[in-house]
Amino acid sequence: MDLSAINPAVLFASLIVAATPILLAGLGELVVEKAGVLNLGVEGMMIVGAICGFAVAVGTGSPFLGFVAGAVGGALLSLIFAVLTQYLLANQVATGLALTLFGLGFSALIGQGYVGIKPPPVSALTFGPLSDIPLLGTILLRHDAMVYLALLAVPGLWWAINRTRMGLILRAVGENHDAAHALGYKVVHIRLAAIVFGGAMAGLGGAYLSLIRVPLWTEGMTAGAGWIALALVVFASWKPGRLLLGAWLFGGITVLQLNLQAAGARVPVEYLSMSPYVITIVVLVVMSARGGRAAGAPAALGRSFHATH
Amino acid sequence: MIRRTLLATAALGMALAFGGVASAQALDKAKACFVYVGPIGDGGWTYQHHQGALAVKEAYGDKVEIAWQESVPEGADAERVLTQMALSGCNIIFTTSFGYMDPTNTVAAKFPNVKFEHATGFKRDHANVATYDARFYEGRAVIGHIAGKMTKSNKIGYIGSFPIPEVIQGINSYFLHAKKVNPAVEISVVWAYTWFDPAKEADAAKALIEQGVDVIAAHTDSTAPLAEAAKTPGVIGFGQASDMAAYKPSPRVASIIDNWAPYYVKRVGLLLDGTWEQAASWEGMPGGEVEIGEITEAVPADVKAEAEAMIAAITAGTYHPFTGPINKQDGSAWLKDGEVADDGTLAGMMFYVEGIKGDIPK
Repeated sequence: MDLSAINPAVLFASLIVAATPILLAGLGELVVEKAGVLNLGVEGMMIVGAICGFAVAVGTGSPFLGFVAGAVGGALLSLIFAVLTQYLLANQVATGLALTLFGLGFSALIGQGYVGIKPPPVSALTFGPLSDIPLLGTILLRHDAMVYLALLAVPGLWWAINRTRMGLILRAVGENHDAAHALGYKVVHIRLAAIVFGGAMAGLGGAYLSLIRVPLWTEGMTAGAGWIALALVVFASWKPGRLLLGAWLFGGITVLQLNLQAAGARVPVEYLSMSPYVITIVVLVVMSARGGRAAGAPAALGRSFHATH
Repeated sequence: MIRRTLLATAALGMALAFGGVASAQALDKAKACFVYVGPIGDGGWTYQHHQGALAVKEAYGDKVEIAWQESVPEGADAERVLTQMALSGCNIIFTTSFGYMDPTNTVAAKFPNVKFEHATGFKRDHANVATYDARFYEGRAVIGHIAGKMTKSNKIGYIGSFPIPEVIQGINSYFLHAKKVNPAVEISVVWAYTWFDPAKEADAAKALIEQGVDVIAAHTDSTAPLAEAAKTPGVIGFGQASDMAAYKPSPRVASIIDNWAPYYVKRVGLLLDGTWEQAASWEGMPGGEVEIGEITEAVPADVKAEAEAMIAAITAGTYHPFTGPINKQDGSAWLKDGEVADDGTLAGMMFYVEGIKGDIPK
């Protein structure tokens, strides 16, 4: 065993990259759930974002347009969910699951001509001499633009949710839609916007996977990342800051165990792989043991709203 | 519940009524079904099996109908899928991953007049179960030779799926032949515990590259390790299961191609003739099941010539990749000078050869 082969700075840098797709998707789902909607279709929206982004980036040669297309693809898919659950009052859990299944199949259909193709490369941003600062430069200053966008989105969303009027309305809708409705807010419209935002973020996360992190297209390439993003939101108890920590933990465990293996360490892979989920359960238990509002979930989460008066 | 029991009873009744007669008779038409562990679009393992399935259709035209199901999880789900296929009129079912071994045998017991062919396994509990495998380790020997010659850091990497004999044969063969031409070479093995998860496969390749590995071989199903290798100049890898030509000329400098078409066409042919029998097939380069894809110009001409000479020797049957003297990891003798490994030991290989560090996970 030779642990000196592992460079902590490089390890942390790859951890940040590995966490970016689930961070993006998790942030989107956090906003959706803050509005009181449970969308289990994250996996489906991610993979549709992955193929839309991939197809457009290959077609136009521009990764930027690819990311835009990924976001649009995810958002369009989430619109189906929005119409079904907000206007037709379909069950959110069942609709979300259906969205995932539909997304997986639909992406496979679009992606048939894209297997084995290489997308246009995305270069990392350069900060000149700053990128050469020992440790900090390696960890933080040699990434692509999407990593910074995802990282900036964390304080951005925190601010938007907790410090703006828009965020207050969003939370009001998520906590008590009847009261929000009585105050004159358009509950359905606000939820629709939140769902579309969540879809776009999931699509971005998917496009990051197919354009930068892997980068290729194969069917089913998200391989459960969407479900991890969902677990993340619960783990983070609906707080953006904790979501970042969770994303690093969830993404980091995989990177860490693979690095340990490559260095020849004897690692109990099974225990490491399940540890994020065990921690999620522990977090849930601790939160509910504190009593009061169970686990910090928005009070109207998963409940349909229909204006009767 | 009752309906399911009824269905099963009906199926069993039919099997009893027609089973004895049908098995020895030629068929006018047959339905060949395939169970895949990943999507056909993986560009690797499952893609190649599907090419074999298409070859069956092409060879027999209207006489054979083919059907398949993708991304079937190994385990209980597989049993459900297999039962469904057997009930829907499949005459022969190919289960194309190691993890289908027990489900295949369980379902085969219930449908004695359906033929089952299980890839890479060793259990043939019933007369209607055959197994087939390819000697991938022959291909691993060739790419191991190239790896040993090409590495500059003297660190080569291997991304393993699961610690099963099929994968361990490959690691041993790859390492032995790299070591033969480069005594300083070291190997790092990373277990991904999945056949197909592009993000994880890419992460595994990345972890290896960050630790100084510059030649990566993978025993997982997607092209992700090559996509990751392409990001770092100087790192090379190999196409696995399929040619993965998109990554030519580098990082993909050669590839191991599984060619299942000859076997599938032969077995379905036997079924049509009524002469299908249980068998344990293990073909390799001589039978055309294992091929080496184009060795690109990134490989120096002399190395390429040596690799081609090895391919010729294995194909002609004059060279066996596991020819002694070879010691086991703990230093004890396994094969004496000139001794060749027997198939039984290879099929159950759960030990590393001397020089590989680390343990095989249990």
